[in-house]
This record gives sequence, C-alpha cells and structure tokens, in this order.
Amino acid sequence: MTTETKPTIQFTPDRLEKAKEIIARYPEGRQKSALLPLLHLLQEQEGWTPAEGMDYVAGLLQIEPIEVYEVATFYTMFHINPVGKHVIEYCRTGPCCLMGGEEVYAHLRQRLGIEAGQTTVDGQFTIKEVECLAACGMGPVFQVREKYYTNLTNERVDEIIDELSK
Amino acid sequence: MAIKVLTEHINVPGIETFDVYRKQGGYTAVEKALKTMTPDEVVEEVKKSGVRGRGGAGFPMGMKWSFLAKPEGVPRYLVCNADESEPGTFKDHYLMKTIPHLLIEGMIVSSFALGANKSFIYVRGELMYVIHILEKAIAEAKAAGFLGKNILGSGYDLELVVQPGGGAYICGEETALLESLEGKRGNPRNKPPFPAVKGLYQCPTVVNNVESIATTSWIVNHGGDAYAAIGIGRSTGTKLISASGHINKPGVYEIELGLPVEDFIYADEWCGGIRPGHKLKAVVAGGSSVPILPANLILKLGNGDKRLMSYESLSEGGFQTGTMLGSGGFIVFDETACIVRNTWNFSRFYHHESCGQCSPCREGTGWMEKVLHRIEYGHGNQHDIDLLVDVARRIEGNTICPLGDAAAWPVASAIRHFRDEFEWHITNPHEATQPGAVFKGDMALV
Repeated sequence: MTTETKPTIQFTPDRLEKAKEIIARYPEGRQKSALLPLLHLLQEQEGWTPAEGMDYVAGLLQIEPIEVYEVATFYTMFHINPVGKHVIEYCRTGPCCLMGGEEVYAHLRQRLGIEAGQTTVDGQFTIKEVECLAACGMGPVFQVREKYYTNLTNERVDEIIDELSK
Repeated sequence: MAIKVLTEHINVPGIETFDVYRKQGGYTAVEKALKTMTPDEVVEEVKKSGVRGRGGAGFPMGMKWSFLAKPEGVPRYLVCNADESEPGTFKDHYLMKTIPHLLIEGMIVSSFALGANKSFIYVRGELMYVIHILEKAIAEAKAAGFLGKNILGSGYDLELVVQPGGGAYICGEETALLESLEGKRGNPRNKPPFPAVKGLYQCPTVVNNVESIATTSWIVNHGGDAYAAIGIGRSTGTKLISASGHINKPGVYEIELGLPVEDFIYADEWCGGIRPGHKLKAVVAGGSSVPILPANLILKLGNGDKRLMSYESLSEGGFQTGTMLGSGGFIVFDETACIVRNTWNFSRFYHHESCGQCSPCREGTGWMEKVLHRIEYGHGNQHDIDLLVDVARRIEGNTICPLGDAAAWPVASAIRHFRDEFEWHITNPHEATQPGAVFKGDMALV
C-alpha cells in the first residue's frame, strides 16, 4: 500500500479527545484495555459498530482489526448489524417473567409489529432480547440506551413507545 | 433496631454527593487507615471481621487478601467486580447508584491495604448510567484530596478507573473479568496460577465484589471484632439481599446474617409476605445458580428448626435438602409459577451466557435448554427427565469455571424437588400447554 486512506468512520473531535483520555488510563503497553470503552464510544456515535468503525478503533489502539471483531462479537451489547433509532433491550430472564414479563413482551411485539432481532419499517425501533439486567425487584424491565424502564405494564409500554416516537 | 453496616445513611437526601456523604461520617475510614494504620493492620482487621466474599462464593475476604503475592518492583492491583449479572441479584446496582461514595471509600481503604496504586471498578456495561455516577463520585473525592497523589499527606497514591463491560455474564467470573479488562473475550483462565499471583497484566491481583469492598470502611472504623460480633457463627456481619418475585415488597434489604428465612419472607420489615391471595411454593435463595427449594425445605431444617439466612444454615442438608446463600438473590415463587418453565428459562440463560470454551458447558447447556424446551412445550418423552439429570451430572465439575456448575444445579435441583411437575408435563402435554396452566400436585404450600 502506498497511499494512506482516510478511514470512512472517525470519532468526532470531542470523542477523539475522550478516546485519548481513556487510552491514557492504562499502564504503558496495555492500551488494548481501552477496547471495550472505545467500542461503547463508537456505538454511542454511530448507533452500532460497523466494520469500518472497528477498523478505525483497531488503528487507534494499534492492534489488528480481528482483535476488535472477536471482542465485539463476544459481548452482547454491541450491535454488529444496523439497528433502529431506539433499540429496546428487553429482559427475558426468570425474575422478570414472574412479574408478567412475557405478557408485556407479547404486547410490545404486537404494538411494534416486529419480533426480536427485527426493526420497524420506519427505522424507529429494534427489539433485542437480553438476559438479566440486574433490576429484578423492578421487573418487568427493558433498557433503551442508558435508560432503564421498570415495573412495565402494557399501558406503560404504550406510553414509552409514544414518548420515544415523538 | 438491626445494625446497618452499609445502608444506615442510604436514605439521606443527597447521599450520592461527596458533601452529604462526608457529613454523615464518610471518608473517616480513609483518614483512620492512612493516618494511623499500616496496610497490614488493615488486612488484619478485615481478617478478624470474618467477612466473606459477597459476590456469591463466600470465601473469607481477609484470607483472599493474605494470598496476594508481593514481589519487589511489581505493581499490584485491586479490581472491584461490579459485573453483577446473576439473575435475581441487583444489590450492587442499588448500592452503587444510591451511595456511590461508599464503594469509592472502600476502594481507597482496600487498595491501601493491598498496596495497589491503580485500582479498577469493572461495571457491567448495561449500567452505563451508574458508571457516570461513579465517575462523578471519583472526581469529587479527588477534588477533596482523597484520591490522586499523596492522599491526605500520607505519601500514598491511588488512581481509580471505572471500566465498562460489554454484556457477558461470564465476566463476573474473576479470571474472565481480568481477560475482559485486558480488552479480550471473557474466557475464564485455567487456574493455577491464581490472580493473587498472576492476575491483571500478569501482576498480583485481588478481585472483590462491590458489597465486600464497601464493607471495609465500617470494619476500619469499628474494628474487625465489632464486625465479627454481628451475625451468627462463621456467617459474620450483614448481607444485602435482593428480593424479587411474588412478594409484597420486592427490593434490596440489608439483613443481619442469622435472620430466620420465615421472618425475611413474611415480616413487614422485609419482603412483607406473599402477594395477597397466594401461597409460597418455592424459593431460589442465592441467585439463579443455587438449588431451588420447595416451601417446606426453605423454611425449616430436617430437625424442624427454622432455617436461617446464613451460609451454614442455607446449605444445611447439602444439595439433598439444602441450597446456598450465594449472591443473596432471593427469588420467591408462589403457586402460579411453573417450575418447568422457570427451569427452562434459566437453562436458556446459561446456554446464552456460556463462553463456549469447555465442551461440557458449551454443549451441555444447549442440550438442557433444548430438552427443557420440548418438555415445557408438550413434546417431552419419558426418558427426558433422566436425560437432563445425566447431562447436568456430566457438566458439573468438568469445566474450567463454575458456570458449568451454575447451569447444572438449577436443573438437577428442580427435578429433585419437583419431579412430579416435570412428569405431569410429559404425560399431560395438552393440559400442560394451555395458557396459564400450572401443575397442582400435593406439594406443601405455605
């Protein structure tokens, strides 16, 4: 290769600053420890973790792209395929189910007209099933980005969807 | 009034801020330790306290600390395990978001005791909002001189780093957590070497749970003997219990170890009883991994005495009639709960969360999920129950990390205590698959 190609995806200047600050947290030679935080930063910027973005992160950390891919595909939080504007991460684990989690989940799917792993045609919502979110005393629970929505009922789900649709 | 080691000030308005926390006596343990004690003296107090690992394993914390290798010129690390992901467990989440400085103070005291100058708090990535709370608390503590260089003029330096996980239950296993912290997939390591010798970056490392670390401030302030005076026998101190399921008051409760299980479930101070019009069928007392017990066995021991909330009493009777305190994830089931469905649900969890490194776990969890699914959905056959027992037995003890055991125990115990219910699903598939159908055998409901 004779010419340096500019990555198609890069961090915005403020995120690049943040990325440098994160990398500096670890001992010398251990910059790979910044991988998960940087993948979160990438997903926060792009909405998911596209391959071009992962290659860019590999460059920042001076590691091979495969080292990023193998990590991004191991951890369930990273969306390695495009997703809707709002990803509803719905807890499907036992304690939430005891509190009516399965009935509320059926209502959510019906309301949005999609199943787990699908995105609404308008690109607004994706449903993703997740395991226990450590909020069992407030079940049923789902999460959208950083926010936990707790003690869900069918009515509450409708309100949240209406709110997020605005 | 029961003693509160961790939650005494948790309802004080503004307790998440440094100023309010400090006014309630916060950071006095840092002052006491750094100004008047040697690191070994802090370790000694923690040993005397008898406090045991609150993440689930229950290993004595002071002893774990004493295993830390201290070769010259090699950095040592303290890593806080805040990857709380065991179904039914949400105490660390609650503690960190509500009173973050309690963890920060404990991290400083514990890092000082272990001689660590850079310590990590590994928080499950889903709790990104809690990570922001912790980072704010760290910045406040640093501004007040409790973190950074030469803390309180003691010559001791400490930097705290909050690390997000990426969504993987397995990273709650300490060596998987260290792999993850190094930016890798969360595959548990073979042991030995143990982290105390070769941990993070191949350096001596201690990994402790949030609740364990948060306890150390009280121990420094009041002494290990005072802590050991709380609780019962070798179950010293208090424990945070995450209560969920069919109870009137789900939530996180700090109990003195030794409280009768019956009081915890029925008294208004804690769970407030089973929801109106229903009866207790079963309990998973220590997070999804521990054996499920039917109502009569969780409330009483074989000799008719009350079972207590302690490491020893909960495990009394072994796996035949007992269970474990585990992480304190206390899940309560009333008579509307289907044990087969819940067991299938938990099996799906372990199958999903298996890292895939060891074949007994990778394959076995998948088999258990598949067989349980077909029983639950009316396609089970007579051999399936024995098949499940066999698969569980072949996983248990045959994997690098305890996830295999954690996957096997719920299945084996559900069959041990609720075999009739599994058989009913197989012999009455039509009835069992009707919406809301639940087995009504002659089991004791309380």
